[in-house]
Amino acid sequence: MDKVISNLKKRRVISDKVFKIGATVAGTYVLVIVVLIAFQLMSESYPIWEKEGLSFITKTDWNAVEDRESFGALPYILGTLTTSAIAMMIGVPLSIGIAMFISDAPPKIGAPLGFLVELLAAVPSVIYGLWGLFVFRVYFRDWIETPLHDVFGDNIWLFSGNPYGLDILTASVILAIMIIPTVSAVSREIMKAVPQQQKEAAYMLGATKWEMFKLAIFPYSKTGLIGASILGLGRAVGETMAVTMLIGNATGIGAIPSSLFGPSQTMSSIIANEFVEASPASIHMPALIGIGLILLLIAIVINVIAHLLVTRMLKIKEGAINN
Amino acid sequence: MNPIQQRRQEYRSLFKQNVAKRLLVDKVVKIIVFSCVIIAIIPLGSILIEVFKNGLTAISIEFLTETPGSAGSGEGGIGPAIQGTLIIIGLSSIIGVPIGVMSGVFLSEYGDNALARFIRFFNDVFMEFPSIILGIFAFLIIVLVLGHFSVWAGAFALSLIMFPIVARTTEESLKMVPMTYREAGTALGLKKWVITFRIVISAAKSGMITGILLSVSRIGGETAPLIMTVLGSSQFFSSMDTPMDALPLRIWRLSLLPYDSAQLQGWGAALVLIMIILGINLGVRYYFTNKKNGFFGQLIKQRKKITK
Amino acid sequence: MTTLTIKPINMESSPVAAPERRTPIDVSKYKMVAENVTVSYGGIDAVRNVTMKFKENSVTALIGPSGCGKTTFLRCLNRMHDMTKNAKVTGKVMIDDIDLYSKEIDPIYHRRKVGMVFQKPNPFPTMSVYDNVTAGLRLNGIRDKRILDEIVEDSLKMAYLWDEVKNDLKKSAIELSGGQQQRLCIARALAIQPEVLLMDEPASALDPIATQKIEETIIELKKDYTIIIVTHNMQQAIRVSDYTGFMYLGDLVEFGETKKLFTDPKDELTAKYVQGHFG
Repeated sequence: MDKVISNLKKRRVISDKVFKIGATVAGTYVLVIVVLIAFQLMSESYPIWEKEGLSFITKTDWNAVEDRESFGALPYILGTLTTSAIAMMIGVPLSIGIAMFISDAPPKIGAPLGFLVELLAAVPSVIYGLWGLFVFRVYFRDWIETPLHDVFGDNIWLFSGNPYGLDILTASVILAIMIIPTVSAVSREIMKAVPQQQKEAAYMLGATKWEMFKLAIFPYSKTGLIGASILGLGRAVGETMAVTMLIGNATGIGAIPSSLFGPSQTMSSIIANEFVEASPASIHMPALIGIGLILLLIAIVINVIAHLLVTRMLKIKEGAINN
Repeated sequence: MNPIQQRRQEYRSLFKQNVAKRLLVDKVVKIIVFSCVIIAIIPLGSILIEVFKNGLTAISIEFLTETPGSAGSGEGGIGPAIQGTLIIIGLSSIIGVPIGVMSGVFLSEYGDNALARFIRFFNDVFMEFPSIILGIFAFLIIVLVLGHFSVWAGAFALSLIMFPIVARTTEESLKMVPMTYREAGTALGLKKWVITFRIVISAAKSGMITGILLSVSRIGGETAPLIMTVLGSSQFFSSMDTPMDALPLRIWRLSLLPYDSAQLQGWGAALVLIMIILGINLGVRYYFTNKKNGFFGQLIKQRKKITK
Repeated sequence: MTTLTIKPINMESSPVAAPERRTPIDVSKYKMVAENVTVSYGGIDAVRNVTMKFKENSVTALIGPSGCGKTTFLRCLNRMHDMTKNAKVTGKVMIDDIDLYSKEIDPIYHRRKVGMVFQKPNPFPTMSVYDNVTAGLRLNGIRDKRILDEIVEDSLKMAYLWDEVKNDLKKSAIELSGGQQQRLCIARALAIQPEVLLMDEPASALDPIATQKIEETIIELKKDYTIIIVTHNMQQAIRVSDYTGFMYLGDLVEFGETKKLFTDPKDELTAKYVQGHFG
């Protein structure tokens, strides 16, 4: 009898061990993938690094013609950073305003409106691009870009360049809309994490709602809100389709951002546009992969920073002001 | 009034009669933040309206079932694209869901150690990888190796988007199941894997399914990873080793054509895609709605997990 | 928090909800009067028809077992429930002839007359000691540094904190000890020159020495302010208060001079509570 029981016990232990191993393998899958991706990108882009070295990052050529191949990633790095930065400048204030409204409104109003804002995230990037291309661009160009150009075009370099609607500004505005769900949702969590006693202290002093935000919520959640904004930046940097369809698709020197109304190109959009055309025999594809590597590094750094800021803020809430 | 009280009265008299102004500022801020919400919702409304308005006119049985006609002719349809989208999300799910679920199980049930923290961090970082990079990766390890575009490559790329999301939502759903369930299973002498699958996952079922379906709707709309993996096509699916069409790809390609008829077909395809995505989103919510926090509250919570 | 499980033994002495007041209260005799105050959350009454009168420059203690509504009632006195989403408050809270809850008056202006100190010290963590104390003053438009310095010194002295922080007012508030932080919160509340001070178990999170300091502060403050303090510590009520109100399950069971209420309570329930039969 003891033998039977001990055999049963062994079997139980074995099947559980198998389960644990299986789960652990599944868990480490992501590590393997990340390492593989890094390795593949580096090795497949090696030809361009070998040819250009680090100056690949600073060059502005973009010539795929055989025998005269020369590639530089700088215009697209600038394009990505410019569009993402403008998207942040527009999207973050809107998102914080939304977070303020929803965190304070009664649930009956706040929840449906919050849901609608979240629904913005469900719309695929390509449909943002479609709508941007055929609807938004027309109005934006006629009602905003052209007037701005007419009034300021001669004086401010930002507004020079005849606006056709497929330009940095249009792409940036659509990007701003696309990052709103993320930034506002995270901002809302951050604001909710402010301890009730802080808000009560402000209220006790006779503060209005807005003053309570200034006294109790914003100082406390400053770090987290910055983190939420950087998270939005990370989103914007990685966006592909909507930007591709709206940015005007310039290449080489012409893609360097010179005015809000000029066409440009981002790292993700140049890849989307040219990858399938690039001949694997040439150095064109390694150049594109090299751009992908740069994009990945930038995206990782931004997102890690954002994560640290946000989680640090949410952890502070746990060990609040306890002495 | 003694001198102390007098002094206090003096102090009080210094308080500016600024309450009215402060209330006005408060009101202005209220209006501003409300406007922010409206500004955000207007594009949503416009997108939905335009997609429905323009797309509806393109929809017909032919449109939904035929292959694309010649560019600009206005004939043909998006049959292959619809088929392709359904195939690719099915295949991606087959690859991505099991890994995601087991990963979530690992993080939840075996997750109290340094390795798990490390994995969780990498999971979060990985979720933010630009999807076009995942497409490049799938291209490099599958398409290049095979020598041709492949449906497997596309499914693999999309599965890479899916599994971290599924892992995260699975972990959170499992964590919500009280320890007492597991303890009861142990007390009954059940093996851990039996406890996990039969008891814990059963209890966490609705949260997990919600997460899975939401990630499906997310990949349904993904375009970038498909560009260099399945490429797109004008034919119906023929084999795993030939290019295949998908709705997002078709929409993109149509938008690049200079013909009004192509534009119209683009709207039609967009309508079909939006219907699928919204259908999954709202359907999942409605079906799995938790009475607590209400319909919208639960939606927002789950939505946040996907988009975070 | 233990919930009460013992039923009162003598049913006749169970509190009956006080009837709606028919004869008007002469509010001029009192600094603050709460009349027929009822607070309900989602249909459940946490405070039921409570009427209390607070004399000027007195300390009133509110005692009772956990969940009896004493903190909920306290928070009515400066309209703190405006912040709670499901709370419904009815009744009047008069301070110097003005009903804080009336629709005509501007609550921000009058609410300032009632300061509050909370159970756990909650100074603004990103601000210095100096800025914490002046927070309320700056809201009210006082910018003159001379005046601010004056009031800061005055408030910190009244809170018995001045000597300990006077050399480093720019120190961050969270670097202070728990007891010091609580006294900082008292100074912060006093800085806006209130007339009534509400304290919600101000010493419950503090060690005995800090508690003693707080109690000394309260006795000193009595000279200039009307103080209402919620406490679960009956000895503390005896030490610091002139009047005491005993609440049970949302009703005000008994209210009277502290000495009398503890040594010779009128109500049997009160007697049982002060003798420690339940808590």
